[in-house]
Amino acid sequence: MEAHPRLLKALEVRLPDDHCKIMPFIVKHDNTVLYGVRDAVSGRGEGERMAGTPSCQDQAYQPPTGPVSVQPVPETPAASVAGGPAQTHTAYEFVREYMAFLLPRDLNVLWTIGAMLVAVLALMLLSGLTLALTYTPDASLAFTSVETLERRVPFGWLLRSMHMTGATFFMAALYLHVFRGLCYGSYRAPRQGLWGVGTVLLMMVMITAFAGYVLPWGQMSYWGADVAGKAVGAIPLVGNMLERVFLGGDAPGTATLHRMFVLHFTLSFAIVGMVILHVAVLHARGSTSPSGPVGQNRARMLPFHPYFTVKDGLGVVVLAILFTLVMCFWSGLVTEAENYRPANPLHTPADIEPEWYFLPFYGMLQAVPSKFFGLLVSGGAVAILLFVPWLDRGASATFVAGRWGGLRWLPRVALAVLVCSFVLAGLAGRHHVQGVWLLVGRLATLGYYLYFLGFLPFYSRLARKEARS
Amino acid sequence: MSFPVRSLAAGRWGGLRRLPPVALGVLVCSFVPAGQGAFMASAQAAPPPGAPAHAPAQNWSFNGPLGHFDLGAVQRGYAVFAGVCASCHSLTQVHFSDLGDMGLTPEQVTALAASWQVAAGRDAEGHLKHRKATPDDALPRPYADPDAARAANRGAVPPDLSRITQVYPGGPDRVYALLTGYTPVKAPASAAGTDAERHPAPTPPEAGFANPYAIGHRTAMPPPLRDHAVLYADGTQPTAQQEARDVTTFLAWISNPHADDKRRLGVGVGLYLCFLACLLVILKRRIWSHVSK
Repeated sequence: MEAHPRLLKALEVRLPDDHCKIMPFIVKHDNTVLYGVRDAVSGRGEGERMAGTPSCQDQAYQPPTGPVSVQPVPETPAASVAGGPAQTHTAYEFVREYMAFLLPRDLNVLWTIGAMLVAVLALMLLSGLTLALTYTPDASLAFTSVETLERRVPFGWLLRSMHMTGATFFMAALYLHVFRGLCYGSYRAPRQGLWGVGTVLLMMVMITAFAGYVLPWGQMSYWGADVAGKAVGAIPLVGNMLERVFLGGDAPGTATLHRMFVLHFTLSFAIVGMVILHVAVLHARGSTSPSGPVGQNRARMLPFHPYFTVKDGLGVVVLAILFTLVMCFWSGLVTEAENYRPANPLHTPADIEPEWYFLPFYGMLQAVPSKFFGLLVSGGAVAILLFVPWLDRGASATFVAGRWGGLRWLPRVALAVLVCSFVLAGLAGRHHVQGVWLLVGRLATLGYYLYFLGFLPFYSRLARKEARS
Repeated sequence: MSFPVRSLAAGRWGGLRRLPPVALGVLVCSFVPAGQGAFMASAQAAPPPGAPAHAPAQNWSFNGPLGHFDLGAVQRGYAVFAGVCASCHSLTQVHFSDLGDMGLTPEQVTALAASWQVAAGRDAEGHLKHRKATPDDALPRPYADPDAARAANRGAVPPDLSRITQVYPGGPDRVYALLTGYTPVKAPASAAGTDAERHPAPTPPEAGFANPYAIGHRTAMPPPLRDHAVLYADGTQPTAQQEARDVTTFLAWISNPHADDKRRLGVGVGLYLCFLACLLVILKRRIWSHVSK
């Protein structure tokens, strides 16, 4: 791929510098595409000119039609649908601008999780819409309609297992995404809004996941709804009313299913809207970089396409491989056997536990003796993420650059404690916080909150003091 | 139960039966796949005295990520189900058309359905009417409701078998062990015997049948299988053990009828995605080749 220096020189002579500037949309079938990259290219170091890439060479070897050769513009589907020339221009500009979005070149694999989340969300939406064609939200019919889906509807088994596996993968990727944000301080100015939108998105996804888990109306669905209703009922003053609104009666039933179905269905589209907002804010604020502000230098950035489309594409395909392995060969990882028993209000299962992604919060709920405070603590564990930008007021430079080397290990240790606390709270939740797990659950809850309420303010104050001196 | 079957069973499980029940319980708990059992064992230090024995692992054709159902065994298992189990157990979620996937042509499915009678409303005098089933019908239930089932089975409701190998702790291994593991009535050294000795209250014979794989080592289900209980069309010898194997295979298949499709799809999609990933790795390296870190 490295072009010979002499060849490069020849190319530069042949191609005026504004060649790339007026280069239209996708230039060539080749792996490099040259629209809108002039800004990115101009800031780059020696020997990295786009002129050295094959597509520019192809351009150069065409019979000269003038000083500047302009390729015919391929019709994009968006443009052809848009109609009038002005609109075409707008849609075209829009795609062009998004494809030329500059990203730090040193983004690591954790930054491809966003693309994976978008891919899984699309899969969830499509499979969910087709599942909704068969599903009946009625207490006496829901379980049978899901069984019909799995047994008789053509490829219903595939749609349902994709949807179930997708839920697990979506939550796992989302937790990793949040972890990346905490790890690299993606919430710091000027990206508080981005972080806020993301946290609201996390909450919406959790509600959607819970509502979706109730729908099959198996034993765990029913008793999960029951436990959640009782948890809501523990709120003082309005609790009883809220519980009745949530369940639509005294116990989970058809009314609950209608509520959960509508919630699940509408929230999923609200999530799509929020994701669009999230991406729009990201484009307005720019991406963080693992190397901090150094990486956000425009000179060290690359356009989204083709550099990050191929990287994200690879990430999505690797995720798809994992997804296929889990879905087809180890589906026991994402299914709950007890939920294949139809809901039975007269028979309480031996242990009611939520899906794995709620276990940490379930553990925190149980670790606190009071029901209401348990609810506050476990709900607060998510809500506290909203306030992270104001809890950690340190400059973004201090965290990653580690200018004061002595304490560079501290954030890593704190983050490790946070992750361990989260996992341990989940394990405690799984073990119903009995015996030794009660202690573990309480310590984990404490560790989780200490990171946000203790470490972040302390460390950012320390960093600011350091920066002033 | 014929002699060779019993001696085989004694050879396989005799050792296990001699283990003290506590050790057996720990064994069971540590093997429950969901992992809840393992915790229960560690938290309470000893399982409840009636914990079912650990079912020995069987070499099923559908085991493992690349297994597949032996459709011959599934069909034989259907014969056992229809001839033996269906008199008490239901398959409420299954329609006759679903049985086509065990390797039957549509004509065979229609003929198979026609051998069953389903309720078809009431006639002018209010008597129940019956008709031959069609492929679109669900398999009929043996009892109209749980109360009727309880009345007919001395207070026990035979569980629905639609998802039995998925929801039954221990899965197909335990179903098979339960079907073949009945303690002979006069066997003083059996696990059920020791259990009864530790709890001096004499268990009346009405309480069920001794079976180390049942909860509390008693089950309400009488030993269902005997040699030549059904006639196999393919000439396989219908020994009780063979029948248990076949019916377990059938129940595992009916619990997860598209598992084979899924695994086949997984192999194809996995290979395709690996190939695609290789191409993308090459493409990514090519595109990023001139970027210095």
